Amino acid sequence: MIAEKQLSFPGPETITRRVLDNGIIVLARQNPASPSVVVRGLLHVGANDDPADKPGLASFTTEALDRGTTSRSFSEINEAVEAVGASFGIGSGRHTASFGTKSLVDDLDLVLDITADVLRNPTFPSQEIEKLRGQLITMLQERENNTRAVAEDFFRELAYPNHPYGRPADGTLESVRAITRDDIEMFYRQTFSPVRGAATPMLVSIVGAIEPEAAIARIDKYFGSWNTQRDIPRQHQAELPPLQPITEIRRRSRTMPGKSQSDIVVGCHGIKRNDPDYLAASMANMILGVLGLMGRLGHNVRDEKGLAYYAASRLEARLGEGPWVAYAGVNPKNVNLAVDSILEEFRRMGDEPVTEQELSDAKAYLTGSMPLSLETNEGVAQTLLDLELYQLGLDYLQRYPDLVRAITAGEIQTVSQKYLHTDAYALSVAGPE
Amino acid sequence: MSQNPTTAVSPVAVTTPVTVTKLPNGLTVIIKPTHVAPVATFWVFYQVGSRNEFTGHTGISHWVEHMMFKGTPLFGKGELDRLVARQGGVFNAFTSQDLTTYFTTLPADRIDLALRVEADRMVHALFDTAEVESERTVIISEREGNENYPQFQLSEELLALAFKVHTYHHQVIGWKSDLESMTREDLYQHYRTYYTPRNAVAVLVGDVDGSVTLARIEELYGAIPAGPDVPAVHSTEPPQVGRRQVYLEGPGGADYLEMAFHVPQASHPDYFPLVVLDTVLNGAQPMSFFSGGGPSNRSARLYRALVETELAAEVDTSMEATTDPFLYSFTVTAREERSLDEVEAALWVEIERIQQEPITSQELARAIRQSQAEFAYATESVSDQAFWLGYSQVVLGDHRWMEGFLEKLAQVTQADVQRVAQTYLTRRNCTVGCYTATDKAAIDQAEEDEEEHE
Repeated sequence: MIAEKQLSFPGPETITRRVLDNGIIVLARQNPASPSVVVRGLLHVGANDDPADKPGLASFTTEALDRGTTSRSFSEINEAVEAVGASFGIGSGRHTASFGTKSLVDDLDLVLDITADVLRNPTFPSQEIEKLRGQLITMLQERENNTRAVAEDFFRELAYPNHPYGRPADGTLESVRAITRDDIEMFYRQTFSPVRGAATPMLVSIVGAIEPEAAIARIDKYFGSWNTQRDIPRQHQAELPPLQPITEIRRRSRTMPGKSQSDIVVGCHGIKRNDPDYLAASMANMILGVLGLMGRLGHNVRDEKGLAYYAASRLEARLGEGPWVAYAGVNPKNVNLAVDSILEEFRRMGDEPVTEQELSDAKAYLTGSMPLSLETNEGVAQTLLDLELYQLGLDYLQRYPDLVRAITAGEIQTVSQKYLHTDAYALSVAGPE
Repeated sequence: MSQNPTTAVSPVAVTTPVTVTKLPNGLTVIIKPTHVAPVATFWVFYQVGSRNEFTGHTGISHWVEHMMFKGTPLFGKGELDRLVARQGGVFNAFTSQDLTTYFTTLPADRIDLALRVEADRMVHALFDTAEVESERTVIISEREGNENYPQFQLSEELLALAFKVHTYHHQVIGWKSDLESMTREDLYQHYRTYYTPRNAVAVLVGDVDGSVTLARIEELYGAIPAGPDVPAVHSTEPPQVGRRQVYLEGPGGADYLEMAFHVPQASHPDYFPLVVLDTVLNGAQPMSFFSGGGPSNRSARLYRALVETELAAEVDTSMEATTDPFLYSFTVTAREERSLDEVEAALWVEIERIQQEPITSQELARAIRQSQAEFAYATESVSDQAFWLGYSQVVLGDHRWMEGFLEKLAQVTQADVQRVAQTYLTRRNCTVGCYTATDKAAIDQAEEDEEEHE
């Protein structure tokens, strides 16, 4: 029974993987029950590529891609996509820029044509750049007044000094005001490419109401001829500098008069997604602040002490050693109590093995929740990208239940000791006095 | 919540028809087998929300929702979450003006757990006094988190100004002083009054056998007493006879404008022309909660008039399908250096334009096409399907309401859209809220932050 169900998870039998002539890797899976097609893709360019004096350049450039191409204006792009009820989005992360579309199957050519046009032929019209700049500035000003965003930004600055992870991915008011159209165009020409040096090539997944071979042919039609070698030399993606470990307690706070609640972020450096410790750390994180109603943190800080509406944890394990943090929103008078409670839970994770029940609950959740995460085309498309990006193998979902079941309480305790420190961490607080 | 409705009609043949059964105790049971993925979702809707609350007890429906996760004699506190998570499920609840709903999505062969949990807590929730006190601080904390956002403060003030008689006057979270003063007995009384089979709708969508599932629901819920008559909400908001306006000041990164007009409830014939009006002004609204994302609105009239012209960083609208007449509202984030007066003037230009000239036939066709696509996307997850079936039944009294959504939309004419714009989007029927940020200059004071390393 269980084996049969596992076979229905995407695997080598049902995922078609193809490398196009220009290096782009395409993953396709059909969903005959759906009327729509979802495309997800990524390129290896992100905030880590920002020059130190121009934070936000990758994000600004990525946002500007659809503001006009050699054959379409910004409003023509919007008009075409929205007229058929399709959606098209593009966004910038720290390591990658990602894009996605959703459309009814009949409109797939239209959205792919536009997506390829936007990625390959952007013109960055000056007038549109200025409009976008104004929107980005307003967004940054709103961020500066958002207690949660301020606490997150402070945490990054404290935990990752002299490292691209410590810089704001969306830039600062100062940098976004100063970035020029030439900066944007040069950055685009140097970094946007199907293949960038040693990094994995551009990835595309396509899932839904289309047969895999037809899907791959469509991607090939719109992206297969994208060759950038003959254009100006592309810069390879820079290696990240080594992390400087956090060796002491670092605190930073901002008083924001007129607010009602204080936001707290506290934590340490985590791990990469393809680190051998990943599954144990992921399970530790579930038990610490996710499972049920926000795990032990939810139980301690919300349920037992009634201090917060939310108190949870997050392990950002992707291409680099992202943060492993707890975060909470509390009444200002309860900040110290909440921080103490969170640190107490960090300590317990390292001092004692998790209980048999917690271990068994976490395993049951991680294996049992797979069917749900794979119910929609979006869920499958994102999963396929992850399999490729982190080199997990097309049979990963089928191997996954056994990998999860093999994790022990000892391994969870060991990773917690290794990464969740109570004498060396970063703590940020933003809220009223 | 803010959404437009859709139906639960799947485009594929793997779906069997919806069955609706009313048990002798009044519980409405809606079942829709669908065999696309090996998952199932179970929802119980109660027809109670902030609309049913009176002064002194605002926020009580939402608080009762929280207490439903605090255990029963059978499933202790935390056990509910634990058991569902163990089965790989998703388990949550939310409260709106008109309803409170609980949902669990699980691998289909484990859905019985959800059926048992909801039957149990329909009757046996504990409302332990210590738990009520602990949850009081959690809910006040939830409210304080909301208060950190200027947009929440603005919409709370605007609602209170737009509704002076009807209970839509207050936000779902409730006023702080009510949250500080309500008692365990108030909460328990509310629970006993509204959490009854006669006031509930149960919906199951997923990879199950319909008749087996119905038999199981009858077994678990059939013996629960029907419960008392539910108190009716009688208040009717009188017609507005002139512009109302509220000004707020506070910390913020931008200035915000919200402008709202009283419009009819979802059962009114003008509801569909208003949906088309909204789609022309701001694009189709997402109908799916569970597949993420949503369409952009950058080719719609308001984006062109406000964002393209560099007056605003963002514009949005809200046109909810409600039980009683509610509001059609516009919210705009002004760009730095632009005033809310300029923003409001630009909004009026667009409103007057749609009143004076009919929308084009292309715009009408496009609005329908956009809605059709949103509608199709919302048929892809069992959770979306179940949500809309239950929502239709509770808010409209007919689970088929969503099924007919596109058909109703297709009957709307250009003249209908012009007429509803003229009828409802008037200066007399308008409530305006302005939030002015007081400390935009404080942003650059980061050097005053406290920092220490030890």
